[in-house]
Amino acid sequence: MADIISTREAYGRALSKYGEREDILVFDADLTICTMSCYFAEKYPGRFFNAGIAEANMIGMSAGAATTGKIAFCHTFAMFAAGRGYDQIRNSIAYPKLNVKIVGTHAGLSVGEDGATHQCIEDLSLMRTIPNMTVICPCDANETEEAVKAMIAYNGPCYLRLGRSGVESITNYFPKYKFILGKGVLLKEGTDVSIIAAGQMVQAALRAADILEKKGIEAMVINIHTLKPLDKEIILMAAKKTGAIVTSEEHNIIGGLGAAVAEAVTLEYPVPVIRHGVEDVFGHSGKAEELMEKYGLTAENLARKAEIAIQMKG
Amino acid sequence: MEEKRIRELLCLGMKIRKKGLEAVQAAGSGHIGGSFSLADILSVLYFEKMNIDPRNPREEDRDRFVLSKGHCTPAMYAALALKGYFPEEELKKFRHIDSNLSGHVEMTKIPGIDMSAGSLGQGFSAAVGMAVSGKVYHKDYYVYTALGDGELQEGQIWEAFMAAGNYKLDHLIAFIDNNNLQIDGTIEEVMSPYPIKEKIEAFKWNVLEIDGHNPEQTADAVDKAKECKGRPTAIIAKTVKGKGVSFMENNVNWHGKTPDAEQFKQAFEELNEQILKWEV
Repeated sequence: MADIISTREAYGRALSKYGEREDILVFDADLTICTMSCYFAEKYPGRFFNAGIAEANMIGMSAGAATTGKIAFCHTFAMFAAGRGYDQIRNSIAYPKLNVKIVGTHAGLSVGEDGATHQCIEDLSLMRTIPNMTVICPCDANETEEAVKAMIAYNGPCYLRLGRSGVESITNYFPKYKFILGKGVLLKEGTDVSIIAAGQMVQAALRAADILEKKGIEAMVINIHTLKPLDKEIILMAAKKTGAIVTSEEHNIIGGLGAAVAEAVTLEYPVPVIRHGVEDVFGHSGKAEELMEKYGLTAENLARKAEIAIQMKG
Repeated sequence: MEEKRIRELLCLGMKIRKKGLEAVQAAGSGHIGGSFSLADILSVLYFEKMNIDPRNPREEDRDRFVLSKGHCTPAMYAALALKGYFPEEELKKFRHIDSNLSGHVEMTKIPGIDMSAGSLGQGFSAAVGMAVSGKVYHKDYYVYTALGDGELQEGQIWEAFMAAGNYKLDHLIAFIDNNNLQIDGTIEEVMSPYPIKEKIEAFKWNVLEIDGHNPEQTADAVDKAKECKGRPTAIIAKTVKGKGVSFMENNVNWHGKTPDAEQFKQAFEELNEQILKWEV
């Protein structure tokens, strides 16, 4: 049985580990015990600032700190980073291309009981559309730690999308797994259809591939941890090799991974692309797994969509 | 401050206005009113108070200035050009397609600009962040910022006041360009931020009030701000929007309007007269 750990928990541990660098400054907006920036805050209180429940100013302060040559990390829920802080992120961070890492936790439906106001299903879309922005959505603990290392090494604005709920660790069980910012990861070879997923839907994609395999269908599985810059090479390889794609994300089907993949193939190698995700509706209160079921974010539903994609092949 | 120096700074303020107006004329657009109310403050900061070197605009320990009222680029760019950050001829390409002198301040391509701003309320937070960094890494630089009085209506401004007061950022000095006008009317008519002094004091700031067109008062206020330990300082500068050109002064229409040929002629005449008046 693989271990279950949330990406935000893994993130908090990684930030406190790599936060030993003296040029890292960290900001949070009264959510340290939720975003897990608390581990850093405990270890390096002199480089940690609580902005209070004032996200716009937190994002702006991070930008100002970055102008002095520091790496600024700022934290809140995805909803209040990408949503409330959109203008601040666009104009104060991305436009001047400042070295700020915006960490949005509790993204997607798996927030659970807090309900629709806190279930951000638009952040990937909002962040992806801003020039100069790098957008990362890791699928598990190991990949999150790798993402933190890569963000520190990269000089520029990044948005990191993390989840509240525990997710199965998978990437550390793939012997050839290597995290490179902007590069997708081929997790399973296949010839009939490609499943391209991000975040915790990567785990669902692997389960969907197992379901399909029992029916004699060979599905390729690709993990896109970096939505921007997008690894067009691996997506076009998948399109050419399998002729049909299903994308899967815990996000609105508008503007996120599905849109990014569709944009990539439409231009250079058009094949059917079915977007699996939240179908342009708001979420609801409930347990995370109940919500994933209610909104169809399951391996079974993903497998069904893969079969439809195969039927659509010319 | 010596009488001669006061005259020099007033003269520089008028030159900033003149160069700014030339830029607006060349561009066919730009924000004159708020530039002219701020010009004398920029004159004191850039030519008297700030620890800066135009030959080394990214020097780590320099003082910073954030134009949070980021639309007042005619005065800002003119001050930088006069200080020697870039050639004055560049001002003729203000807002042009082939120039870096964009409508609102932009830090990556314009030497001397310390933060991009324009979406009101945001520059102030960045200034707070610069002061936070200075405090953590034991730097002696001061962070100056200029806010519009209309800009005080932005909620983010008060988030920033609250943070800077609580963090005790005594190397942060915020000017409020209190010209009392915004696009839709007086600030009282649109959405009054008064009483400004009492509000900011309540956020744990040291607050000073000056005539923003008096270089001696401006310089003294900066000195007093530096003496104040454990609190950031706000300097509420009473100013006149459009200051320096009679028909623009205190006239709400001159926020972003471009003069016609006759108006440009008269404005340049008036500014030239005042430059001669103050020239030492």
